[in-house]
Amino acid sequence: MRVYLDNAATTPVDPEVLKEMYHIMENQFGNPSSIHSHGREVRTIVEKARRSVAALLHASPSEIFFTSGGTEADNTAIRCGIIDNKLSHAITSRIEHHAVVHTLEAMEKSGQIKLSFVDVDGKGNVDLAHLENLLKDNERSFVSLMHANNELGTLTDIVKVGNLCEQYEAVFHCDTVQTMGHYPHNVKELKANFIVCAAHKLHGPKGVGFLYVSSRTKINPMIFGGSQERNMRGGTENVYGIAGLAKALETAYTEMGEHQQHIQQLKSYMMARLLENIPGIHFNGETEPEKSLYTVLNVSFPEMEMADMLLFSLDIAGISASGGSACSSGTNIGSHVLNGIGANPDRPAVRFSFSKYNTRGEIDYVVAKLKEILAGK
Amino acid sequence: MDPRVLDAMLPYFNSKFGNAASRNHPFGWVAEEAVDYAREQVAKLIGANEKEIIFTSGATESDNLAIKGVFEMYKDKGNHIITCTTEHKAVLDTCKHLEKLGARVTYLQVQEDGLIDLKLLEASITSETILVTIMYGNNEIGVIQPVRAIADLAHKHGALFFTDATQAVGKIPVNVINDGIDLMAFSAHKMYGPKGVGALYVRRKNPRVKVTAQMDGGGHERGMRSGTLNVPGIVGFGKACELCRLEMDEEATRLSALRDKLQASLLQLEESYVNGNPAHRLPHVANISFKYVEGEGLMMAMKDLAVSSGSACTSASLEPSYVLKSLGLSDDLAHSSIRFGLGRFTTEEEVDFAIAQTKQAVTHLRDLSPLWEMFKEGIDLDKVEWVEH
Repeated sequence: MRVYLDNAATTPVDPEVLKEMYHIMENQFGNPSSIHSHGREVRTIVEKARRSVAALLHASPSEIFFTSGGTEADNTAIRCGIIDNKLSHAITSRIEHHAVVHTLEAMEKSGQIKLSFVDVDGKGNVDLAHLENLLKDNERSFVSLMHANNELGTLTDIVKVGNLCEQYEAVFHCDTVQTMGHYPHNVKELKANFIVCAAHKLHGPKGVGFLYVSSRTKINPMIFGGSQERNMRGGTENVYGIAGLAKALETAYTEMGEHQQHIQQLKSYMMARLLENIPGIHFNGETEPEKSLYTVLNVSFPEMEMADMLLFSLDIAGISASGGSACSSGTNIGSHVLNGIGANPDRPAVRFSFSKYNTRGEIDYVVAKLKEILAGK
Repeated sequence: MDPRVLDAMLPYFNSKFGNAASRNHPFGWVAEEAVDYAREQVAKLIGANEKEIIFTSGATESDNLAIKGVFEMYKDKGNHIITCTTEHKAVLDTCKHLEKLGARVTYLQVQEDGLIDLKLLEASITSETILVTIMYGNNEIGVIQPVRAIADLAHKHGALFFTDATQAVGKIPVNVINDGIDLMAFSAHKMYGPKGVGALYVRRKNPRVKVTAQMDGGGHERGMRSGTLNVPGIVGFGKACELCRLEMDEEATRLSALRDKLQASLLQLEESYVNGNPAHRLPHVANISFKYVEGEGLMMAMKDLAVSSGSACTSASLEPSYVLKSLGLSDDLAHSSIRFGLGRFTTEEEVDFAIAQTKQAVTHLRDLSPLWEMFKEGIDLDKVEWVEH
């Protein structure tokens, strides 16, 4: 049996999405910027995708810019959002994705900004009172806080953050990579200047994402050349990828209620089974349904001698999970997120992340195997 | 896209869908292996080592990364960049952006045949010059620059040489060692691979070249380009490179014969001219001007042909091609020029069709043109004084 529980790292492409992309890859090879009919046909595909994405977010099509993925979208929002708005102070937390933290740290290092970190508690909750103090003390800040933490699943009340940012005239970038397609995002209610998407996290293709830029926010391009994306992002559009992204997001919205219920039940079931079967276990981050992303469960195992071998043993048992985010799982420096919440470094942590394709039977299998592994069998 | 490329990509969408950075399970390993294999295929096509290949979202991103990355990395050495007026917008716009950040940029004029004047290039190099960026093959006129000579001049004066080789890689033999290239941008979709994926070659030895990352994050691609790798796209890119490596000679011979036939037939029309040096030219491109023909009418009349009046990236604008203007063409003549780009799937029948359509369109439009009538009457139009009205 092979069980894939690393859906926060990436997800398989939905067959319906692949069908849509396959058709385009096979038949429509035009360059959207060409004015002949091959070009015009694919231009229509790109613009239809843009309208569809915009409608789902209650945004205007002119606020959606396609990118090569979440990292490019985050980098564009942060670098251009800061430079083009002439901001000199940024606020983030120590448990943001590396695409955010490393970008801001690089800008701090080069002297472009002063960087402040808002406090987070032991479950990864952002201290909103501290955020307000930082906003008060630093006029016109750039704020980058994620919606759901990719390792812990802890959700941040981004409507509240948006309201605070508006009150103190801050520019708000929200990394929504993990929640796009899992919760409805309404940019009319969310006072974010930027939100982002990586299609491969929601059963779309790798290599494509988008950046939403609120119409009240003006930025210049990060990648120059050509007049694509209304002069905002040079480069021939990844047409099949863009169509796949739109189809994946449409599917996610259509099936959202059903999937949320299914996945939340799996997660609650797994938590209950783990607590019943494995002594000394607990969970990193929030686990209450309203405070936690339903696709992520971070399990903290009791201290053990063979801590390093846990993921390896899981793999031998046919279970694919992760010790942290995929982007840093190759490094052995430990998770910056777990360090950021002060988790006990001696307790091994495993992130299990679910998708619509997982089943209760798989959870039973994983719990049984974990029990065996921990019993040293 | 070549169907063989698509076949290679398909398993990586939903059976082998792992994240190449996932280090704890086989989904990740399978993806990583596929990326490694593709990296070898890409490297082999250009005579590079696989560690010298940085995957990006396409040539535009590669252009941006190379130029901005070198500018930031070699700041202490100097701030001068040399490029030329017929470069792709991705290079020109990036250079213009860097001027705002303190770069000094020389935009060399090209000669009438589109080639760089090497004496002019050498005279422009100063002790502050950190980068010479000249494209390998031009996207509009197909002219191939003397890259080895350009590289030698850059190196002689301690500068790096970057080339946008998007149009050349896969079409003609490009070898980063023989050509003396330090950095090179290219993309998959120009060689029958998928859109949304490209590469930057960054030399690791003699000298070891470094670029400052332009996108920070998980530290992918040895820290030079973060972001989850587009595994199916990269697999497709690798396959496309392999096919080009194996089939390039044959394809180039076939396409240049077709191109020459097209060109010879169209030059039978009076007052038609080839743009760009015909001897140093990509095998699949011909850019031809038809004097006394109104440009927009020409494109309209040729609606059954997928050709273009400039590069795709700028053809949506009504401005005449800046590349052709750099060669000294007037606005009118630049407007009445057509780029014919042949490809792997172009047949002789299609070329014959293109010849017939173009001849018919040009003849028809000239029949309607008072300028053509005046020309035929022997009036020298350059000497006519037009009345403002």
